[in-house]
Order: sequence, then C-alpha cells, then structure tokens
Amino acid sequence: MMASWLLVERNLLSYRRTPAVLLSAMFEPFIFLFGLGVGLGKLIEDVEWHGDAISYPAFVAPGLIAVAAMNGALFEMSFNFYFKLRESKTYDAVLATPLSLRNVVDGELSWAMLRGGLYSIVFLVALALFGLLASWWSVLIPFAALLVGLGFASLASWATTFVRGWQDFDLFFLATQPLFVLSTTFFALEVYPEWARPIVQATPLYHGVDLIRDLARGTLAWSSVGNVAYLCAMVAVGRALATRRSAQLLTT
Amino acid sequence: MAMAVEARSLTKRFGEFTAVDGIDLTVERGESFAMLGPNGAGKSSTMRMISTVSPATSGQLSVLGLDPATDGQAIRSRMGVVAQDDNLDDALTVRENIMIYGRYFGLSWAAARSKADELLQFAQLEDRSGAQVNSLSGGMKRRLAIARALVNDPDLVLLDEPTTGLDPQARHLLWERLYQLKERGVTLVLTTHYMDEAEQLSDRLVVMDQARIVAEGSPSSLIAEHVSKEVLEIRYPAEANVDLADLGLRTEELADRTLIYTDRGEDTLAVLVNSGRTPSSSLVRRASLEDVFLALTGRRLVE
Ligand SMILES: Nc1ncnc2c1ncn2[C@@H]1O[C@H](COP(=O)(O)OP(=O)(O)OP(=O)(O)O)[C@@H](O)[C@H]1O
Ligand SMILES: [Mg+2]
Repeated sequence: MMASWLLVERNLLSYRRTPAVLLSAMFEPFIFLFGLGVGLGKLIEDVEWHGDAISYPAFVAPGLIAVAAMNGALFEMSFNFYFKLRESKTYDAVLATPLSLRNVVDGELSWAMLRGGLYSIVFLVALALFGLLASWWSVLIPFAALLVGLGFASLASWATTFVRGWQDFDLFFLATQPLFVLSTTFFALEVYPEWARPIVQATPLYHGVDLIRDLARGTLAWSSVGNVAYLCAMVAVGRALATRRSAQLLTT
Repeated sequence: MAMAVEARSLTKRFGEFTAVDGIDLTVERGESFAMLGPNGAGKSSTMRMISTVSPATSGQLSVLGLDPATDGQAIRSRMGVVAQDDNLDDALTVRENIMIYGRYFGLSWAAARSKADELLQFAQLEDRSGAQVNSLSGGMKRRLAIARALVNDPDLVLLDEPTTGLDPQARHLLWERLYQLKERGVTLVLTTHYMDEAEQLSDRLVVMDQARIVAEGSPSSLIAEHVSKEVLEIRYPAEANVDLADLGLRTEELADRTLIYTDRGEDTLAVLVNSGRTPSSSLVRRASLEDVFLALTGRRLVE
C-alpha cells in the first residue's frame, strides 16, 4: 500500500507546477449550479422523488457529483494513463525499481480516485452553499464519490490498455459520454419507457447517481446496497483486468 | 560471493520468434562486461531479462545470486537500470526525476534530496537541476538517466546502449563517468554497437549476432584470436581487377574498399607496390573488434 502511494506522490509532484489543470475543473460546479438555479431551474417544475416534490436543481445537483467523480477519474485513466503507458514509458522506468506492476496499477487508480473525489467534494460544498442538501446522510457523499471515481478509474484503465493511438479515444468517449445523459442524471428512472429501465440500471453511472441522490435526500433504501455492490464489483473486476493487461504490455 | 549475472541456455521467444537463443554468460562481481552486436541481435532482450521485467522463456538465470522469477524485487533494489530508450519522467524536473526515483527505492524525502544533489554533481547537471527534462540535450538526458539509476547505490548497473546517438564529446564525458563507477567497484553490464566503446569500457565482452553469442573474451584476446594485429585498407579504381590471392592473407571485400588482415601492414603494402599493384589509396591500422565481428559473421556491425 505504501509502495502504491509513491505513484500518487509522483503525480502530486507533476501537478504541482500546473495547478490550473486541477483548479479549473473546480469552478465548473458553481457555474453549473448557478445556471441551473437561476436559469433552467426556473423553467422546470418540481419533480417527484420518493413521494416528495423537490425542486429540479435539488434533483439534478447530486447526480452531477457522481458525474464529476466519473469525469475526473476518466480523464486521468484515459489520456494520462495512455501517455505514461505507451508514450513516455514512465511505467517502464518505475518497474526498474522495487515497485511492482500491482503497485503501479493501484497507485494510479488511487490517484484517479482522489482526483475524481476532489472534484466531487467541491461540488458538494457548492451544493451545501446553494442549500440543495436535504439530509445529514450527505456527509457520506464524499465516500460514495470516491467509490464512483475508483470504479470508473478501474474500468477505464483496462479499456485504455487497448488504445493504440490518440484517435482511439474518440471511441472511448463515444462510449462514456452517453452515460452522462442516460444515467437518470436529468430525469428519474420512471420517466424512461419501461423497456429502457433495465438498460439504464445496467450502466455504471446510474448506480453512482442513484446512490448519491439518495444520500443527499436521505432516501436510502435496499437499492442503495445494490448500488454499492455494483460499484464494488466494478472496482474488483476492472482492477484485476487492468493489472493483467498492463502486465502483458509492460513485462513481456 | 555469487556471480553478478549467470545465465545458462537462456532463451527468450516472442511467439514463434526467438530473440535470444540459448545463451550462456557469466559476469563476475566488479567486472565491466559488454554485449556487442548489431541491431536486433538480442541485446536488449537479454538486458530486460536480467533486469527482471521480462520473464525468460527457458533456461536458467541468476542475478546477484537470486532468481529473477521469484526475487525480482530484491534484485531490483540492488540494481540500477539505464534503458535503451530514454524513459525519464518528462512531467518532472531534472532534480525531481532523481528524487522520486529515490522515493521508489525507499529513501525518505530528505535522503532523496541530498542524494539528488550528490548525483547531479556526479552527472555534471547541477546547473540544470530545475530544468524540464525536455530541454536537455541527448547527452545530458543520458547522464541524468545514469544518475537516476545510481540513486540506490547499486551493486550492479545495466546500461543499454548508453552512448548511441551522442556526439564524440558527449560520449567521452559519459565514458569517463562510467570509468569512475568501475573504479568504485560497481559491476557494469553494457550493450553497444560500437567496438571502440566495448574496447574502452569492458574487461570482457561477448559478441552477439542473431540471438546467439558468437565469441567471448577480452577485447585484446578476441582480436588476437580472430584477426591479425593490423589491417591494411586499400582502394583501387572501380574498373581495376586486382588479384590478391598470392599474398596468402585473409581479405575482405567491402563495397568501397578491401581489407587485408596482416601482422605487418607496411610490409604487405610494400609487396603490393613492388608487384605493380599500387592502390589508389591505402591505410594501415590496428585491428579492432569491428574486424572481429566482420570475420565472424561476414557483416559489419554498424551499417
Ligand atoms: N516485445 C517484442 N515482441 C516481439 N518481438 C520483439 C519484442 N522485443 C524484441 N523483439 C524482437 O527481438 C529481436 C531482438 O531485439 P532486441 O531489442 O533484443 O535487439 P537489440 O540487440 O537490442 O537491437 P538494437 O541494437 O536495435 O537495440 C528483434 O528482432 C526484435 O524485433
Ligand atoms: Mg537494443
């Protein structure tokens, strides 16, 4: 575990000179919530959530925390992971030290998780300031966001091992961007036609959005346990696959 | 004490392709050992197996008395590796490159900082300490890669083509640093295309070609064993058809000149002149490892 942490140290060192990259993403939530609150939110009626009518911003905002965690992790485990894996040969250099391949993968996943988590915490603070949190369960939201980040980081790192050139990322984001719209971020599951619901429920972001919204509203249910189980499985499977594929690429 | 490196029938295959074909080699502690060979000979594949990142397909390998398959981490903690392609960390500065490497080897930040300063001095990069890696010249990058590989005070240092692509001045500076390491008793294993580099730096070397070792020995013993003391290089006009068979010496026809292996170059040249076969240009030189390679494989090391 300590050994994996060294990769996080390496990334902190490298971002130290370009904090703007990390900071710029932190303004996004405020801009978004401002737009939602004073603009769009005024045009859209209240929506129903577990029997209560809540304002549209209060419905959408928790989902955006999950989206932020996903995007932070995806960005890190797509472009950055690819660059270090294939172009700059950063990991070849690391593997000449006592660190193992497992340390490399775990270290990078931890970093991506933390980056996603950082974004979502800023979002959470913004939500609190805009008065969009309805429950003390909200204090658990950062942990849920870290889990979402780690889940997406794990699967994304595996997918990135198949990327052969920068143009392949078009495909990568073609696969991940629809999640943003589809995962009950903007409308509740009941709005979808009956046949589409299982599809939505099979996608990973849905579970992050659902979990965090339940925490924000204090409407935890058995389904929340399902959400957590899904995300944990995503971490376990993604991490195992990513470790195996990275070994095939780096230790031939 | 165990050998630095010991390999028996060491083999590496990539699918059907055999990159290293059952080689035997032994490197003693404190020795400076070179693998000389042309592109694709299997030098890097061998180095990667020794550095524990590439599992051998078959055969035995022991590094510092340990088995790379099971004790990789222990081996790596006592080894320094300079890979063929620069894998310095572009996102970090020169000094940070060494520091984070020190961290990977378990140094505290304080120890990593002082080690970095010591090694920057060794590599003559103190004034570039805060520079981004991308702004360094090829020679500086190589020196940084070597400095970084020394952060754990290794017993064994692997250098894969340490000076390829560098200008003569940068090469000599690097050689001089490597000499210093050798003086300190560090075991060096290096690969190179350049016979002068192997002659300068190695106590002993193997010549590799097409996945096999074709000769082994000290630079001088290899020359004594496989070629004459001197080489007479001569050139005739393209249309001339000169027969050299009567000399009774081994000759080698290259595209632009002919090599004659002889123990006394000037005397052989005199014989040619006296028999009316004066070449349009001639040169007598000491035989080198390049000639050994040519004699063994019929091809030149660097095309
Ligand atoms: N990962 C790999 N997959 C398939 N073939 C490989 C792989 N690595 C090396 N080879 C092949 O093995 C052979 C030996 O390669 P190697 O890199 O060991 O040669 P080398 O002596 O280091 O050459 P150079 O002087 O060009 O660096 C080459 O033909 C190369 O194409
Ligand atoms: Mg090579």
